[in-house]
Amino acid sequence: MSSTSSVENSPQVLLEVRALTKKFGDFAANQSIDLVLEAGKTHALLGENGAGKSTLVKMIYGALQPTAGSIIWQGQELKIDNPAAARELGIGMVFQHFSLFEALTVAENISLALPPQLRTHDLEERIATLSKDYGLPLNPHALVADLSVGERQRIEIVRCLLQEPRLLIMDEPTAVLTPQEADALFATLNRLTQEGCAVLYISHRLEEVKQLCHDATILRHGEVVAQLDPQEETASTLAQHMVGSSVHEVRRHDSHEAGEVLLQLLNLKQASDTPFGVDLIDINLQVRSGEIVAIAGVAGNGQGELFAAISGEQTNKDFDAVIIQDVSCGQLGINGRRQLDTAFVPEERNGHGAVGDFSLTENILLSRHAVTDGDVPVHKGWAGINQAELSRINSHVAQTYDVRSASVDAEAGSLSGGNLQKFVVGRELDRQPKVLVINQPTWGVDAGAAALIRQALIDLSRQGSAILVISQDLDEIFELADRIAVISRGQLSEAHAASEMTREEIGLLMSGAHEKPTNTASEGGH
Amino acid sequence: MQLILEKRAQASRLMHFASPLLAITLTVLLGGVVFAAMGQPPLTALYIYFIDPLTNLWSIEEVLVKAAPLVLIGVGLSVTFRANVWNIGAEGQLTAGAILGAIIPIFFAEWQSPLAFVAMLALGMLGGALLAAIPAFLKIRFGVNEILTSLMLVYIAQLLLDWLVRGPWKDPHGYNFPKSVAFDGWHLIPMFGDGRVHLGLIIALVTALILYWVMHRTIKGFEVRVIGNAPRAGAFAGFSQTKMVWFCFLLSGGLAGLAGIIEVAGPIGQLQPNISPNYGFTAIIVAFLGRLNPIGVIFAGLLLAISYIGGEGVQIELGISDKTAQVFQGMLLFFILMCDTLIHYRVRLLKAKGGAQ
Repeated sequence: MSSTSSVENSPQVLLEVRALTKKFGDFAANQSIDLVLEAGKTHALLGENGAGKSTLVKMIYGALQPTAGSIIWQGQELKIDNPAAARELGIGMVFQHFSLFEALTVAENISLALPPQLRTHDLEERIATLSKDYGLPLNPHALVADLSVGERQRIEIVRCLLQEPRLLIMDEPTAVLTPQEADALFATLNRLTQEGCAVLYISHRLEEVKQLCHDATILRHGEVVAQLDPQEETASTLAQHMVGSSVHEVRRHDSHEAGEVLLQLLNLKQASDTPFGVDLIDINLQVRSGEIVAIAGVAGNGQGELFAAISGEQTNKDFDAVIIQDVSCGQLGINGRRQLDTAFVPEERNGHGAVGDFSLTENILLSRHAVTDGDVPVHKGWAGINQAELSRINSHVAQTYDVRSASVDAEAGSLSGGNLQKFVVGRELDRQPKVLVINQPTWGVDAGAAALIRQALIDLSRQGSAILVISQDLDEIFELADRIAVISRGQLSEAHAASEMTREEIGLLMSGAHEKPTNTASEGGH
Repeated sequence: MQLILEKRAQASRLMHFASPLLAITLTVLLGGVVFAAMGQPPLTALYIYFIDPLTNLWSIEEVLVKAAPLVLIGVGLSVTFRANVWNIGAEGQLTAGAILGAIIPIFFAEWQSPLAFVAMLALGMLGGALLAAIPAFLKIRFGVNEILTSLMLVYIAQLLLDWLVRGPWKDPHGYNFPKSVAFDGWHLIPMFGDGRVHLGLIIALVTALILYWVMHRTIKGFEVRVIGNAPRAGAFAGFSQTKMVWFCFLLSGGLAGLAGIIEVAGPIGQLQPNISPNYGFTAIIVAFLGRLNPIGVIFAGLLLAISYIGGEGVQIELGISDKTAQVFQGMLLFFILMCDTLIHYRVRLLKAKGGAQ
């Protein structure tokens, strides 16, 4: 950690980040990141989920402290201890998830977050004029509860602007906006940069990055993989950088016989029940016996909602929205669907697919208490839980899927990520289900475990099961899928044969090329 | 030098059981300080408070009498808190159970049969469950915080009881005292021998054993533990959060109501404005001190019962206010919640890095 060199910064350079590294235990969330932000420019920070964007931004905003490396603000190396210190310097940040009190007015919310010297009596006037100046009309007296998501975001932006920031960090601002709201936001950001403010713009919507940003830094696995001018790139080349240009030779399987349709989604619509969820819009999909269909897409485009709708964690009024093995089961709960010889693996293994504080046998019970699959039932009403049967299943899963744990019946939380994922997947595959829906099968899992899980999925499909894989990993998708569809903002593209799809095409679909214009996009937030 | 809390990689088994003991020790130590501050010899006072109640048969019986409602309410709450449902209004449900159960002795005084006693207990449970259903409904239907509603209903139930015994249910031959008629015959709980220990103690112990079995051996107990520990995993298992809220409130409310009717049919023998020395609130401490485990609740109930008798003891022998018992109970809850931090965290001394950068 040498901090000796005096740098000849060009007067334009506002913030420079040098060899910034952040480690959580052994895991390097950021590895030697270099970044230069210039006044008057919008700089895009691109990358998939888990690429390390948030970690980097949190260090710049003072919410995390770097393990190594330096942050240089206007030519001076310094340590940003906390967000208050960052704001003092002139760094403002608009978070993706707002922290507003719904029962208070716009002005009250802003006042709460301002340092005392800015809480003046004319605050309401200043909010009104400033917001009008920047094309962010806001009524200071309006109750936050009555405002749309876009208007709420304006509050956060105005809150930052009142402190006259030199650098504004925006974390996926358009993820919650309608196209019209997004356009208005771009106009505001352009005006800010013309005034000499720098903007660090985090996004994975490639089209808007092209439209808005002057520079781009692309992160993958915590490292900078490219720094380029987005104007000279196409959306698909950007996508390629994001997901990794190292294209594996895709291993095609034996030609398969796609049989009857086992899982069908028919005009599946579902309004999100949380303000930051994604509405599912008219989703149609068929998965046949013997095939693997993969759904690609950037995180947060409705994958979690789609999984909940198919699994029955979230039921649907429309009986025919989800049809499993010819049974319309829109209103059927998850156990009813499991009894149709269907199994589900959610994305989050700890706290969703498994309970970390529970033993492995108890976690077997978690998803299998309502199905017997011809075996001895694992429990029988009030007569209690059949521990012997649970142990038998557990050791079978551990052997078949190579689950390594300190003891046979260890606490699930003590297993490594890869072993817990093998357990969670194995627990379902052990039933040999006819239909399997799996979200992020190998998320955060080491290569060996990933290969084992993918092989198991292929084997199951070749035995005649229908498998739906939701994944953000294009390598994985090409390795597994017979057909590929892409989800973007709650809309699913048509599924095409994997052999006919390229990464470029998928990248374009990820950024919304198939989306139909819709008026319902803004309805989710209320 | 800096004292920091560091998260443990895995919850400490040792601290899980040591934490309540540590909390009791700290309570006794601080209690001694409190006694000393009041100008009393701390060791003598602590002896009278904690040991004396166990030195003669009379007070041991009295401890068991007080432990019965604490255990009965505490086991219901231990299940409820496990599911992350917060019923704070057991005191009100106890009152509601006493009121509804008392209908039999007050209006059907002639109905003397074992069945009448069973009906009283059933009505008591129903009364507690009905009052507990209100916060459950409000939480599910409107998302109202159950801590507030269940707590506020306590005062409503208590004022209702107050009105009843001063008004319509007052004993016409009772010289205008705010009391109902004295219960009689099968409307009183069976006693053991000639002491004060009654059937309620057996009911409490059996209930604790049953709930222990339910929690650890049945799918229902599994459901409670999953929903309380990881709600999303609960949804994945197909368990309904809504049904769980109902289950918890009806169970803990019913048991509190049962404790209420047992109190008025047992040690008290009639309805009066005050029927409980805050058993419903103390049972919250009992549930936590017992590690939300029905067996642990039995021991915690006995300890808290001692604190009641000890409080009376120091009042009689040293002239200290009987509010001392509440101070001790408060300290105990405070320390147990504090010590529970040590299950998931360890304390470490950190030497500050010297020098400016």
